[in-house]
Amino acid sequence: MKRTIHTDEIRKAISELIYNANFITPPEIKNIFTEMRSRETLPLAAETLNILIENIKIAEEEKIPLCQDCGSVIIFLELGQEIEITGEYLYDAVNSAVAEAYSKFYLRKSIVADPLRRKNTGTNTPAFIHTDIVPGKTLTIDVMLKGGGSENMSALRMFRPTDSVEKIIDFIEETVTAAGPNPCPPIFLGIGIGGTADAAMLNAKKALLKNPGDHNPDPFYRDLEIRILERVNNTGIGPMGFGGNNSAAGVYIKEAPAHIASLPVALNLNCHSFRKGRRIL
Amino acid sequence: MEWKKITTPLSSDVIKTLKCGDLCLITGKLLTARDKAHERIAQMSAAGEILPFELKGELIYYVGPTPAKPGEIIGAAGPTTSSRMDPFSSMMLELGIKGMIGKGKRDRHTKELIQKYCAVYFSSFGGAGAYLSKRIKSSKIIAFDDLASEAVHELFVEDFPVVVAIDMYGEDIYEHAVQQYR
Repeated sequence: MKRTIHTDEIRKAISELIYNANFITPPEIKNIFTEMRSRETLPLAAETLNILIENIKIAEEEKIPLCQDCGSVIIFLELGQEIEITGEYLYDAVNSAVAEAYSKFYLRKSIVADPLRRKNTGTNTPAFIHTDIVPGKTLTIDVMLKGGGSENMSALRMFRPTDSVEKIIDFIEETVTAAGPNPCPPIFLGIGIGGTADAAMLNAKKALLKNPGDHNPDPFYRDLEIRILERVNNTGIGPMGFGGNNSAAGVYIKEAPAHIASLPVALNLNCHSFRKGRRIL
Repeated sequence: MEWKKITTPLSSDVIKTLKCGDLCLITGKLLTARDKAHERIAQMSAAGEILPFELKGELIYYVGPTPAKPGEIIGAAGPTTSSRMDPFSSMMLELGIKGMIGKGKRDRHTKELIQKYCAVYFSSFGGAGAYLSKRIKSSKIIAFDDLASEAVHELFVEDFPVVVAIDMYGEDIYEHAVQQYR
């Protein structure tokens, strides 16, 4: 017996997720900011973190978006195969929910219809939708808002399978250092390791869907996340690149099987304004 | 930390006192321009057309705000990445601007031009769009309104917080930031 979900329910969930991501910062991210602030020793870095913490408060209390770049809307759907979607075409429902939310909540529309001719669609659509079919009867919706400044600092390198882990960490440090202030640090760093080039890039973003306080369940990758976090924080880039102890707020790895000849490593940098949310229907 | 209060228009005398790493609170007029507005200024200049606004002596803020809610002055209004405007630095400084506010690094050419024209580059606080919007006291579109959030706005700000990122002596905060850890 299939379970049915009407697209109206999906639209409503997406609208709420977009609202929350733009205006409300969840406690687990607020805690990360408080911890970073308590660790920060340089005066300008501490002042910068104070402003970012105050920004979170003002956004929530006065209903002003956290950032003027309300982002590309990235949507991950995990659709249980025992679900039947009723109503309209699923992706139309997603896009109309996005368009409605960006208009209703006075958010900036930052999407152009064509990469070279660059005419703004005026609706912040299309959303960038990734769907996985999974067993079961639930639909998990993850919404992530991704600013252009941090997305522009993404990177991919195809390593040799015989390259050392140290070499991969060097590449990550180089990329984050070269990006410096541009992705609005302290960053949340998503890393896709393995798979094909495209899978690694997607996994770098999916890695960011984890609960911000969580580590990779595999102790090997958990240790690697901790090592990378230390290395990135030792660069001294600091909040907004003005120098300091906090260059990254979190590091998340999503690994995948790979070809015997391939070892892709993809990086997706997210700014300090980590705007995302999940709803399970 | 000490905040230094400055007002626009910025005089060369004031610019000479600004040192990389200084925290400043700006009061006065700013003009906004980002990618598309710069491109439009370049196209008009190349065609010999007269710009619908004066750039001489102005401080340019790289921002594309969110729409103002009814009854509000402006929405979230934090800085965007400045390096995308590097190709226009020469043109804008030649047209008379005295400074720029954005976020992130500038190229070497822009740094040299800042010294040459006795100008200044400030970084504001990226991603603090809600916080910064509270320091904006008025906003109106003065040109290129078809560009929506990328249109040129005239803003009046009060105690708008910035950091001197590149001073007229060519010192760059982003180089110092990393070097002090080496």
